Amino acid sequence: MTISFIRGIGKATISLISVIGCACLFLLRALWGKPHKNLFSLFIRQVFQLGILSLPIILTAGLFIGMVLAFQAYYVLVNYAAEQSLGSMVALSLLRELGPVITALLFAGRAGSALTAEIGLMQSTDQLASMEMMAVSPFKRIIAPRLLAGVIVLPLLTLLFNVIAIFGGHMVGVTWLGIDSGAYLSTMQSSVHFGGDIVNGMIKSAVFAFLITWVALFNGYYVVPTSQGISHSTTQTVVISSLFVLAMDFLLTVLMF
Amino acid sequence: MSQRKVELWVGAFVFAGVLAFFVLVLSVAGISLKGVGSTYIVYGEFNNVGGLKTRAPVKVGGVVVGRVTDITLDTKNLTPIVKISMYKNKGVYPETSSLSILTSGLLGAQYIALIPGFIDDEDNGVLKNGDKISDTKSALVLDDLIGKLIYSKNKNKK
Repeated sequence: MTISFIRGIGKATISLISVIGCACLFLLRALWGKPHKNLFSLFIRQVFQLGILSLPIILTAGLFIGMVLAFQAYYVLVNYAAEQSLGSMVALSLLRELGPVITALLFAGRAGSALTAEIGLMQSTDQLASMEMMAVSPFKRIIAPRLLAGVIVLPLLTLLFNVIAIFGGHMVGVTWLGIDSGAYLSTMQSSVHFGGDIVNGMIKSAVFAFLITWVALFNGYYVVPTSQGISHSTTQTVVISSLFVLAMDFLLTVLMF
Repeated sequence: MSQRKVELWVGAFVFAGVLAFFVLVLSVAGISLKGVGSTYIVYGEFNNVGGLKTRAPVKVGGVVVGRVTDITLDTKNLTPIVKISMYKNKGVYPETSSLSILTSGLLGAQYIALIPGFIDDEDNGVLKNGDKISDTKSALVLDDLIGKLIYSKNKNKK
């Protein structure tokens, strides 16, 4: 009983470590060495797939989150006659936390799952194996452009999310609840720092992007080649990358602020 | 979708992202492209800086003319030294100028008010890089004030 319990722990640890090692080797094989000769055009196509097609959901979510944030903050701040500082509250919470995290979660759901499903289907229909037969490395041809595109796209999406959410906050705060437009912007400008808030938010979002695309591609590549396996991997991608994002966010926040 | 169309969309997307970055920098963080211009450093010696923070503004009659860049302790005299960078394009001030730490509003952030002095003859010039202002008024600590008030009230009763 005790022996088998300890053996169970050992087995779980070994499999965890081997998955981590496998994932690191996977990353190394994708990034190390000579890149594919058409890397740029493959990369552009992936930016389109991951970025442009995620835009509608990111922008809609951003607008509504900005509006809700302004609305809720207003009802707290108005008790202290501090509704003028709505702008700084909205901008800081968006730039530091909500922008990078929510964009990353949406990106994991929208683009991460699509990546896993795509690579998973390629793997289960032996497209990747046949690519290798033709002396084309699937790591260079398939994995690397997607990884690069993900890391470039998510910070851009976060920037757009932040801008449209601040605009949404402005819409609710100024147009609806009647805060002075100048006060909204001036409290924002006096409290937001370029290095401390905007740049740190971008760093966060680049780290999240790297994690999400890494998890998504890894799960897709090492899929169990059945329809059930693909669905399992896709779910796994969204769950694991969301958890990684939230845990990493805490870590980065502690380090940065 | 053809490669050209994809490239067009991606170009527009990247352009929008860069635009968003500049909107955040210019309009949300309020950094002006012109910058603050060149500055010179002045030190102020206080007895108590209260809740003064770095980046707090230095104002003359309410107009920002500089910023606090550093607050340190003079380990010899055990007095706080505030390092201020003054904007060169906001005029020159006599050496006899004084500094006082004030609070904007009742609960607002603290800032430094610079009260320009006078120039009577050739003895005193203008503030230069590295000058030290000793004519300062320290921050008003609200707790001390309340303490004094209570103390004086009790004394009056006797």
